[in-house]
Amino acid sequence: MNEETRRIIAGPFNRVEGDLEIRLDINGSAVRAAYVNSPLFRGFEQILEGKDPRDALTIVPRICGICSVSQSMAAAHALAAAEGIAPPPNGERIAAIIHAAENIADHLTHFHIFFMADFARAIYAGESWYGMASEQFRAKNGSSVQDAMNARASLLHIMGLLAGKWPHTLSVQPGGATKAPDQRDRVRLLAIIRQFKDWIEKSIFAAPVERILAIDSLESLRAYHAEAPQHGSLRLFLTICDTLELGSMGLGPKRFMSYGAYPMDGRHLLPPGIWLNGKIMPVDTGLIAEDLTSAWMNGETAHPFEGRTLPDETMANGYSWCKAPRMAGQTVEVGAFARMLIADHPLAQGLLQDGAANVRARVVGRLFEIASTVLAMEQWAADIVPGEPAMVHGRIPQSAKVEGLTEAARGSLGHWLVVEKGRIASYQIIAPTTWNFSPRDQAGTPGPVEQALRGAPVRHGEETPVSVQHIVRSFDPCMVCTVH
Amino acid sequence: MKRPTRTVLWLQSGGCGGCTMSMMCAENPGLFATLENFGLDFLWHPSLSEESGTEVVDILNDIITGKRTLDILCFEGSVLRGPNGTGKFHILAGTDRPMLDWLRLIAPLANYVVAVGTCATYGGITAAGNNPTDATGLQYDGRNEGGALGAAFRSRSGLPVVNIAGCPTHPNWVSETLMLLSEDALALSDLDTLRRPRFYADHLVHHGCSRNEYYEYKASAESLSEIGCMMENLGCVGTQAHGDCNTRAWNGEGSCTRGGYPCINCTAPEFEEPGRMFTETPKVGGIPVGLPTDMPKAWFIALASLSKAATPARLRQNATADHIIAPPADRNTNLK
Repeated sequence: MNEETRRIIAGPFNRVEGDLEIRLDINGSAVRAAYVNSPLFRGFEQILEGKDPRDALTIVPRICGICSVSQSMAAAHALAAAEGIAPPPNGERIAAIIHAAENIADHLTHFHIFFMADFARAIYAGESWYGMASEQFRAKNGSSVQDAMNARASLLHIMGLLAGKWPHTLSVQPGGATKAPDQRDRVRLLAIIRQFKDWIEKSIFAAPVERILAIDSLESLRAYHAEAPQHGSLRLFLTICDTLELGSMGLGPKRFMSYGAYPMDGRHLLPPGIWLNGKIMPVDTGLIAEDLTSAWMNGETAHPFEGRTLPDETMANGYSWCKAPRMAGQTVEVGAFARMLIADHPLAQGLLQDGAANVRARVVGRLFEIASTVLAMEQWAADIVPGEPAMVHGRIPQSAKVEGLTEAARGSLGHWLVVEKGRIASYQIIAPTTWNFSPRDQAGTPGPVEQALRGAPVRHGEETPVSVQHIVRSFDPCMVCTVH
Repeated sequence: MKRPTRTVLWLQSGGCGGCTMSMMCAENPGLFATLENFGLDFLWHPSLSEESGTEVVDILNDIITGKRTLDILCFEGSVLRGPNGTGKFHILAGTDRPMLDWLRLIAPLANYVVAVGTCATYGGITAAGNNPTDATGLQYDGRNEGGALGAAFRSRSGLPVVNIAGCPTHPNWVSETLMLLSEDALALSDLDTLRRPRFYADHLVHHGCSRNEYYEYKASAESLSEIGCMMENLGCVGTQAHGDCNTRAWNGEGSCTRGGYPCINCTAPEFEEPGRMFTETPKVGGIPVGLPTDMPKAWFIALASLSKAATPARLRQNATADHIIAPPADRNTNLK
């Protein structure tokens, strides 16, 4: 660190899920280097060891209160692989609807509660859009914030109907879901989904969902924006993007991954894949390894089937409880934008900046995913056949080595389960934020967020630079999942 | 009527944030309207407040130095004492100080201390297994009084820690507790023996369970997704679990049992280690062990065998189906 460089510790870094601290080396008016620390460790992987594998369905959702169903889905997929079973069509649809409801609620919470509040900060009082941003997105009492909270609560009636409650439902099972819907459940679901669709069309898009999904390039996104720049939160966000250059802020690694989400009739609504240099390739999870160089953890770099979780707060090189997962030795970015790219959405290419995701791309990816997922949910609900079973039953074998892969709102989530003598011998979890917020590895390569923060602008006199807040929150971090 | 403002500080530690996420599902009125109408002012909440970084540390320091008064401290998640009593498994970001220390500094300054969720009350799921982080509740470590603050702890009002147990908590359990505290209307006698607010903890999950008729006749589900009573085979402890889950809806109209899975007694200390699989009822000689506990076992067995003998065919058929296959007969009941 030379004398012009100053170091600040940003934290508590709130309006994220869980605990986050970032060490920033600032040089002049920009961040020179960032070190991300996840300072809360609970040790779920150890907690699970020795238990009946089926108990994972009770325990793993409690890793996280914001993406608990995603954790359930990953565990259910792993157990289904061990049992050699697959849900019946109704079970697939119900599980997908429950999962999608959570993912959409997460995107909604992120945009309205966690992310946009920073544009209502006094530092932006001179901007032309400040009045609108502040009226709508002030923390706690912004009009859109309150509206979104109500819309979210109504959407989550899906959980009351199909999953008992949210978070921490036990209804997602390896063979489907515990509640077989009747015809009344089917139409009630449609009523909830359609009401929510009406709300996003009015509030977020100020346009029909179909119009949003027809946007296929940056030019047509601009045309949509120009149509009515004052209408809808997406357009307000695009206005802000233009003045603050959010489309070139927070560039991540030029590699993206998705495990695929919502398996249905033999394929995924959101396909799995790795995106590298414009090419989409299959995911080979055999190439994943977790590097512990900068984590307060003992052990060697290992694939999750071999990896352990042995915390040691005295590790000299450690600066986080988070391990550093790498795919074939490299960082990858995961999340809604990665899924959009891997699904080959025509707008996704246009949103890249220099081949990398950025603040605008991540947020637009999330809002577009709300739109496309709602349409899919409506179809799944319509396709439920009352009277048909929602789950099948299997038997846990004495030994197994299986993985369960899914997509949480914020990206790829994998569980690796080893069963010996009918009990859990090892249970390793790599959460989306473990990928995005990983610390440096043995080669000194920063994790995706650490990389994205490099060059973040710092305004005069700022203690916790607001640009850093935009960049970090553009990833929608879920820190409790990160280190579980 | 002008309502006095009560300041609330919300801290999160060894939990999942799920109680906050659940609280944000409050309806009629929503969370923010409730807070406003009862004069509850969040000095800081990690998910809902604008303040970040140094702004937050300033708020905490102002409370400690007496520059700001704190009426209600809400603490979500368990307190991590490890490793080796240092609390270093959770350093409050940006402060270099364990949350354990922040809690011990701030709790005595608050008029009321509220533990939100079973992690904060009794240790919860974070304390399961080998409890790798030495997680505990604020004033209980499992069933034992003590925890991070000690058995003798009293907040400024003289109340011990108020334990809103639940994994997660129902949004209204939290908001109604805060409403009562805003009026100083929650006394020691309003808390049960485990210091849970009696307004919800004096009810059993069994009350209002939509499977009650199956329970009466011991018409049991054998596998998950079947609609019979889940006590005999699937580990359901709703007859013993404290909570109004089946008389007060979750997320519109839900409850665990309505969602098709057993009650795991998540409002109780040590629910995380039931000593058996969560969704299986242990039995000796075909008779469930330990259920229900507030009825003489001999009577339970006698009544259960009687009611089993009298189970209507309709219930016997439906109990092991995933939807009603035998509807109730349509009879003139002659009740005039």
